[in-house]
Formats: sequence, C-alpha cells, structure tokens
Amino acid sequence: MTRRPGRALLVPAILLLLATLDWSYVGTEQFVNALTIGAVYALIALGYTMVYGIIELINFAHGDVFMVGSFVTYWLLSSLGFNGTISDLPLLVVVLVGTFLAAMVVMGGIGVVIERFAYRPLRNAPRLAPLITAIGVSFILQNIIQIFFGPSPISAPQVIDVQARVNLGGVDVSVVKLFVIAVAFILMIALQTFVSRTRMGRAMRSTAIDRDAAQLMGVDINTTIAVTFFIGSALAGAAGVVQVLYLGTTNFQLGFQAGLKAFTSAVLGGIGNITGAALGGFLIGFIEVNSTVAGFSRWSEAIVFGILVLVLVFRPTGLLGQQLGERA
Amino acid sequence: MTATAGAAAPVASQAERPLLRLDDVHTFYVHVHALQGITLEVFPGEIVTLLGGNGAGKTTTLRTISGMIHPRSGTVHFGDDDITNVPAHKLVRRGVGHAPEGRRIFGRMTVLENLQMGAYTRSNKDELGADFERVFALFPRLRERSGQAGGTLSGGEQQMLAIGRALMTHPKLLLLDEPSMGLAPILVEQIFQVIRDIHAQGTTVLVVEQNALMALGVAHRGYILQTGRIVLQDTAANLRQNPEVQKAYLGG
Repeated sequence: MTRRPGRALLVPAILLLLATLDWSYVGTEQFVNALTIGAVYALIALGYTMVYGIIELINFAHGDVFMVGSFVTYWLLSSLGFNGTISDLPLLVVVLVGTFLAAMVVMGGIGVVIERFAYRPLRNAPRLAPLITAIGVSFILQNIIQIFFGPSPISAPQVIDVQARVNLGGVDVSVVKLFVIAVAFILMIALQTFVSRTRMGRAMRSTAIDRDAAQLMGVDINTTIAVTFFIGSALAGAAGVVQVLYLGTTNFQLGFQAGLKAFTSAVLGGIGNITGAALGGFLIGFIEVNSTVAGFSRWSEAIVFGILVLVLVFRPTGLLGQQLGERA
Repeated sequence: MTATAGAAAPVASQAERPLLRLDDVHTFYVHVHALQGITLEVFPGEIVTLLGGNGAGKTTTLRTISGMIHPRSGTVHFGDDDITNVPAHKLVRRGVGHAPEGRRIFGRMTVLENLQMGAYTRSNKDELGADFERVFALFPRLRERSGQAGGTLSGGEQQMLAIGRALMTHPKLLLLDEPSMGLAPILVEQIFQVIRDIHAQGTTVLVVEQNALMALGVAHRGYILQTGRIVLQDTAANLRQNPEVQKAYLGG
C-alpha cells in the first residue's frame, strides 16, 4: 500500500534485466509466455497484497474469487451464444470490454459481500479466526461452483483467435498473449495511479498504516476496507477473464493452485506492497518458464518455492518490503 | 518560565454555552472502568488543560470526546449536539480535531500527504489553500520537508506534523494529547508557543499534558484527574498556587 519515489522504477529495471538474460537463451516465445503467466499471477497477487496491507488478513478465498471470475466469464460468453473465435473486430472489442467490465464488477461485488459477512464481524477477533473463516469461504465458493457447473473441467470459448499472430519489430507474437499482457499492465498502472494520487487511495494507504489515526482524519474505515476488497476482487475477476481468453478452460479447483502462486508472488515482492506484488508475479512467471525451458518442468514449483525461501532468508519482508518501521 | 502569558483567567465567554460538555461520563475498556464519572466543560475561545499521572484517564477522556471509544453511560455534547455515540470519522466534519498520543503520523506517506489526510473531509479549495499556508506559517520546517516521508522526520518535526495535520481538519475544538512528550526543552517551548498562536487564531484547545508547568502556563483553566475521576478544577492561576498541585505536579 505504499509508494516510495524511485521504487516504481525498480520493476521495469528488473524486467529489463530479465529480458536481456532470457532473450538469447529462452527465445521470444517463451519470454512472452513468461510475461503472460506472470501477468495473471500479478493480477491475483494484487488482491492478496492489498487486503493484507489494510487488514492484515491472508485472504485464502482470493484464489477462488479468481476461479469464480473465470466461471462468470464462461457463463456470460456462453449464455450470450459465443462459442468460439469472433472474427468481426468491432464486435470482438465490444464483447471484450463488456466481459471485462461485467466480470470485474460482479467479482468486486462478491468480494465486498465476502468482506461484509465473513470478515467484518471478526475484525477485532484474534488473527486466527478470520484466517480459518477465509478457508471456509474458499470451500463455499468451490462448492457453489460445483453445484452449478459440476466438478469436471469446462472448456470455455476463446473469443480471440489463439492462432492469430502479429509481427512486432521483426518478432512474431501471439495476439492473445499480447492482449493479456497489455490488459495487465493497464490495470496495474491504473491501480498504482489510483492508490497514489486520489483521495480514496490516500485513505486506503493511511488506513493500512494506522487505522485509528485514519479515523481521526475523517476516513470511514468500513467504506475504505470495502473499496479495497472491491478493487482486489475486481482484479481477480479480470484475471479470470484472462484465464478463459488465454487457456480456454477452467475448473472449480483452479483457485487453489493459482492462489498459491499469486500469494507466493505477493510474499516474494513484499506483502502489503502493490509494486512488489506485481514484481513478484512476473518474477514467478519467469522462474516457471525458465525452469521448463531448462528441462526441469516437473521441478518448477520446487524452484519457485526454493527461491522464495532464499529471498525470505535474506530479506524477510520480501523484495520491496517495508524498511521503515510500521509506525514512525 | 513565563507563567503569566496567556493565563488571562476565566474568559468572558464563560457566560455562553460551552463548546464541549461531558456529563458524568463512564468509559470502560472491556472490564476496566477507565473513566468514572467525568464532568467537564470547555467554552469557546478557551485553552483548557487536563492534568494527571499515568493511567489517570487523560487519553481515554480525549478518545471519548473524539468518538474513538464510546462511553457506557453519561453524555458528551459538542455545541448543541449530543455526540456521545457519533463515530470518530463523522466528528471530524463537525469540527473536532485530535492530535493523538504518540503523534501517530503516517510514516510511509510524505509530509504533504499527511497534511492532505488532515484535509480528507474538506473540499473547499480556497479555504484549503489558506489552511495549508497557515500550517506552513506555523511550522516552516514542514514546508521544507513536504516531499519527505513522515517517518524520516525528527521527533519534534513529527509532533509539528501531527498538530499541523489536526489543524488541516479545520477544527473548532483541537484536542492535543501530550504534545510535549519526548521533546527537548527548547522544542517544548516552541510547541507551547504554537498552541498560543493557534488559540490566538480562534481555535479552542483542550490539551492533555504531563508537563503541568508548561500547560498551566498557556491554559485558562485546568482539570486534575486521578484514577478516572476529576479531583480538582480551577483557573490555571489558582492551580499554580495550589500547594497540593505544586507538590504533585510542579515539583515543589
């Protein structure tokens, strides 16, 4: 929840570094893959980090919010009668904008409801109580999806042609991946601007730092926390749309895996720090793809968590974790 | 020590309605009976001080006034309004500004952002500009450091920021909780001079202090708290002369 001048530059710098490292070895296609996977992790990780930043809760249901987002996307597209690629460009744009808006608003709303009924009553309870509740919410979401969509994986319509490619400066890149990366970056820049420049963003940051002091400034804590859940869950909803566009499949257990990776991203980057969450997401994307390219695809998770452990040994607060004391 | 400055005995405005009135207020922290029937008044244009030892209930009194904690019984009135159960964030708009104990500035936000947080409830651009100028005039250091993270300021500067931030709420009543705590004597003098200035600009002040000498130097009236009860109330001049007060709080 914090903005330190100069820190924002770290992300592009590290990405650039990774780009130069990977370019010759991994190849363009894998580089784009890493960015795409990283973008999804980053979008989900933002919700973990924002919620942790403001109420110090590890929202274990957040991965499932992403999963529900993918089902909302599937349901929306299929009930509107789309079952494959849309070749009409204006229609495609309308469908994409509409799907993102709908999924984000619906998931944002669900996030607010979860906070209101599952977490707010426990706000002053011991830390463990809301944590267990979050796990409970996770099961509830998974079971609701099973009731409506069944336990088997579902193939969802990929409205962007997955075969389509564009030539970017001599490099052939998949359109859908490019689109995913662009969407993630736009959302992250929008979030960063919102948090650092607007009145509500300041309210969120001040509440994260010192809830009592924020109240004394006239900040309505309940509204601010609800807005935080809305934004975090909406971003997970956007990641759900991306899941459908990019992979064209989803299942009710999707949230666990993705949630674990995204949570790891948030911790790696420094939980509570928005830039850190984005950075962590992309880093994990790159680590996974690199280990696959190097022939260790079965080991990719062990490598991811090994690096997490290493980073935490040397920087217990994560890469961009707070160096300044919580309270001055 | 300038014991005379600002101690202009009970002000004429005592004839008016009090700006703040606590009536037999009992506040609990779960089972701890922290305030055991506090009755006090602050009139418009006054500086009133609340003295007492550790655990006497000074901070709890301020937190009860600013709505951070609600009394189990008794009433709090601000002007004509009953604010006993109004939550803190709504009281800010009504004109209660609170610089809490321990400063509680937002360490990871810049000085400017801290002041903007003080102005959180306000939208009138012209008034806001004037208030920023007022705060920067009172504390020129804050202007110099406006881009710096609050947590990097020195203790004295943080206290200035805490007071400046509370002033940005444009309070009718400013609550100050131990503004001199942990500060070097020269800074303590400065902070109390600022309290006089703020008062001279038309803000009513209720200040909680351990430093009774300084507090009674600026205040018109004072209340003395002991274990959640008011044991003495008088004009600041009389309190300074009171042998018991001298013995317990003035070191002689």
